[in-house]
Amino acid sequence: MTPDHSAILARLQSALPAARLAHLRNPGPSGQDSLLVAPDHLVAVCQFLHNTADLAFDLLSNVTGVDWPEPAKADAVAVPTEGTAPATCGFLEVVYHLYSTTHRMGPLVLRARTEDRANQVHIPSVVAVYRSAEFQEREIFDLFGVKFTGHPDLRRILMWDEFLDHPMRKDYVAPDDYQYEPTPHDAVLEKAQRHYPAPH
Amino acid sequence: MIDNPSMPFAANPASMPELDEDQLLHVSLGPQHPSTHGVFRMNVVLDGETVVSLKPVFGYLHRNHEKIAEGVTYLSSMPFTDRLDYICPLTNNWAYAQAVEKLAGIEVPERAEYIRVITGELTRLINHTAFVGFFLGDMGAWGSALMYAFREREKILDLFEDLTGARMMSNYMRFGGCRNDLPDGWAARASVLVNEFPRFLDELENLVTGNEILIARTQNIGALPKETLINGGITGPMLRAAGVAYDIRKAEPYGIYDRFQFRVPLGTTGDCYDRLMIRFLELRESLAILRQALDQLPEGAYIHPKAKIRNFKPPVGEAYARIEGPKGELGFHLISDGSAKPFRYRIRPPSFINLTLLEDMCLGLDLADVVLILGSIDIVLGEVDR
Repeated sequence: MTPDHSAILARLQSALPAARLAHLRNPGPSGQDSLLVAPDHLVAVCQFLHNTADLAFDLLSNVTGVDWPEPAKADAVAVPTEGTAPATCGFLEVVYHLYSTTHRMGPLVLRARTEDRANQVHIPSVVAVYRSAEFQEREIFDLFGVKFTGHPDLRRILMWDEFLDHPMRKDYVAPDDYQYEPTPHDAVLEKAQRHYPAPH
Repeated sequence: MIDNPSMPFAANPASMPELDEDQLLHVSLGPQHPSTHGVFRMNVVLDGETVVSLKPVFGYLHRNHEKIAEGVTYLSSMPFTDRLDYICPLTNNWAYAQAVEKLAGIEVPERAEYIRVITGELTRLINHTAFVGFFLGDMGAWGSALMYAFREREKILDLFEDLTGARMMSNYMRFGGCRNDLPDGWAARASVLVNEFPRFLDELENLVTGNEILIARTQNIGALPKETLINGGITGPMLRAAGVAYDIRKAEPYGIYDRFQFRVPLGTTGDCYDRLMIRFLELRESLAILRQALDQLPEGAYIHPKAKIRNFKPPVGEAYARIEGPKGELGFHLISDGSAKPFRYRIRPPSFINLTLLEDMCLGLDLADVVLILGSIDIVLGEVDR
């Protein structure tokens, strides 16, 4: 059963008046709407959803990162319902899919967005509320570069520790790995010529 | 800072007992070790024989499947999903097909739904029998149980080969149905297999369950409270072994699972013994579903006649869909920007997330129990590392 996002939004607004929240509509046939949560109240929102008895979203099933270099694209996929100010620059987004095992309800989709894609990439960690986010947040940190403040053990998880970039970013350029070939031709020859001076 | 009571004391230094650093032994377990089920490593700290810290190390099989999928069309990712959990390729196909169908609003004909249930439950038979074999291997009974399990698995793989052309890398589901219809006589052969399977199951159960060594090794090992398991995102047989009645086939029936009569077996303590027994019980329920599905199998189209194979572009939007995979909740989160390639393609891998609480389960136990607990989680590294 898909939860009523607008009803949950109204309850969140009355319980946490200071939290900045918005209801985003899904234009596709799946009908899975989402709630945009300002990062500073994300943990409080999760705590409310987890602890309120008739909501009881106790299972954080999935945590995903999304890289949005063009903010207009994000607004097309998750359409703001009211006069939410559109983002001016690209940002990183973390998407949470919550389920309730007792009420058989879900997915409740939460989104949290960073300020930009360069320096202001902090989102508070929800591990204190949902332990299942521990490895998934590490994965998002590793592949997208979102820094989760308050995470108990924020390290790379899939890439090796010395790796520098974040491969799931849209502008990631794969390293130019070249292995020597004795008889290069076509595309391999072109690549070989970039790596070795032309023969005399 | 962290007030989650489920955190182990490694993250909660205040609750850490006094240890003499000079007396601790640091062991790097894996990545090349038969008991790690692939290339998986654990950095274990031992005080004598007792585990005081355990940090899993991932990524040896990482190929950034999600990034590859962003660069190819939706259908091109279907063969890659086979390689996630390579023991169960058909349920991976199913989960992905279902997510794309949700994303694009595609209908699935009735016969295709039945074929999906039949192949999906046969996959569960493969997974759970292989699990029993590997689990006994982890315990030191290397060979016998696994040989019997693989003998039966091979019969099911023969069916899959006739249906999909491949034993394991099936690439069978399509958006709106399946790739091809059942070959002549396939359903009858599947019925024969389903009817003969309980005899093997009795034999296997007989072989292992009353065994004194098995009971001594598995009981009271690796159990955690229900609330901790749910909070840690544990799903599938692991969660049900602890007594939580949460099966997505019942909680949120996808496909046509609401048409079948079956029970959700539950354990009581959630220790390794319960996790083994829950697989036996689930095998019997899968057989019940298979019998009903094969009886009711209707004639008709195996793929929606208007399903688009070439130039498929789902409308702008996103979808999250999940199924009850043999290892737990297998989900796909897709974001479409209206083009032929997914803007974001995310897999929710059950084996990866089920490892979240591995350290909690192992703390205070012996090193030999770590191998059993890891085995009872039932991981496949193709899915963990993606």
